[in-house]
Amino acid sequence: MNIGTRFGATLALAFALAAPLFTIPGTAVAATPVYDRVEDGQNHVGFVFRQMGVPVEGRFRKVTADLSFDPETPENSRVRLELDLVGIDTGSSEGNEEVVTRPWLNLKVFPVAVFESKTVRALGDDRFEVVGDLNIKGTTREVVAPFTVTYNGDTAIFEGSFTLKRLEFAVGDGIWADTSVVADEVEIRFRTAAARAG
Amino acid sequence: MPSSLRHAASLIVLHWLIALLVLANLALGLYVSDLRLSPTKLQLIAYHKWIGMTVLLLVLPRLLLRFIRPAPPPLPGPAWQRKAAAATHGLLYVLMIAVPMTGWLMSSAKGFPVVMFGAVQLPDLVGKSEALGDFFEEAHEWLTNGLLALVLLHVAAALKHHLIDRDATLARMLPIVARNPLKESK
Repeated sequence: MNIGTRFGATLALAFALAAPLFTIPGTAVAATPVYDRVEDGQNHVGFVFRQMGVPVEGRFRKVTADLSFDPETPENSRVRLELDLVGIDTGSSEGNEEVVTRPWLNLKVFPVAVFESKTVRALGDDRFEVVGDLNIKGTTREVVAPFTVTYNGDTAIFEGSFTLKRLEFAVGDGIWADTSVVADEVEIRFRTAAARAG
Repeated sequence: MPSSLRHAASLIVLHWLIALLVLANLALGLYVSDLRLSPTKLQLIAYHKWIGMTVLLLVLPRLLLRFIRPAPPPLPGPAWQRKAAAATHGLLYVLMIAVPMTGWLMSSAKGFPVVMFGAVQLPDLVGKSEALGDFFEEAHEWLTNGLLALVLLHVAAALKHHLIDRDATLARMLPIVARNPLKESK
């Protein structure tokens, strides 16, 4: 394992937190510091779903991120997002009472959703793409999420979105499976930031 | 009945079309407000919004038309009844606008925009706000109660004219000329 010292702490942390799926990049020491200092309160994950054609916005209020972004060698980057589903806000109190029930998220059994990156690749300019495993309600699916990076001093801000199909995760099954009322597609929007060691 | 004593045909059509939509929406709204969340409830709420916006869309040309084609002069009767009728009609117009408007405002404030027929999204009138949402919900409910009361009064008055006074008040708003000759058409 040829890993730079700067990576050491990050990787130790990542190993402690991350699942065994994590693979170790075989590349050498990064030339520039990686962005891996996630600031509290900087993680925003929201979603938009449609009911009867009406776009409704919701969000996850409790998101923890663990990430390391290497702009020089993007393939060394990784991210793990944990969504505490107790903090879900579906945009209405009625929806919030409903979404925790068994046909939806079955919160008692599945209190968290996790996204774990597998690969990150550059798409040109400040655009990138992360491929990873998304686990919701006990089902794991691979998702691809394009994102852009903007820099603000020593901080990198990551913003992107992707669309998932809720029924692939059995979210809203039973009477709610009728996608003419609540659409299958749910757009997930994320925005997170990490600073590099100055 | 001389045509000059009848309401304009366009206004008769709008009157009955709006009457049908308002009655349907009053029933739908009252029914759906007590319903537990389900796909059916979401469907019915959508229909309720579409009908309400359609009423709003029809009331505006109806008001314009009323200025162009004024209602025939009221039939003879006590002055207080004419005043009460005029006030009821005026308030009905106000509520035919205010009830759908507060519904639209409530939808905007609650973060559930109105999408006509699931296809055409109407602009939000206010930003999302729980306090505003609750306020407009309350307003929508109270104005609806007022509308319901006025509709009942309006219907009762029309029936009273038709069955007790036996005058042409109702007949001149009917889509077809009433067969039995009434007082006025003698």
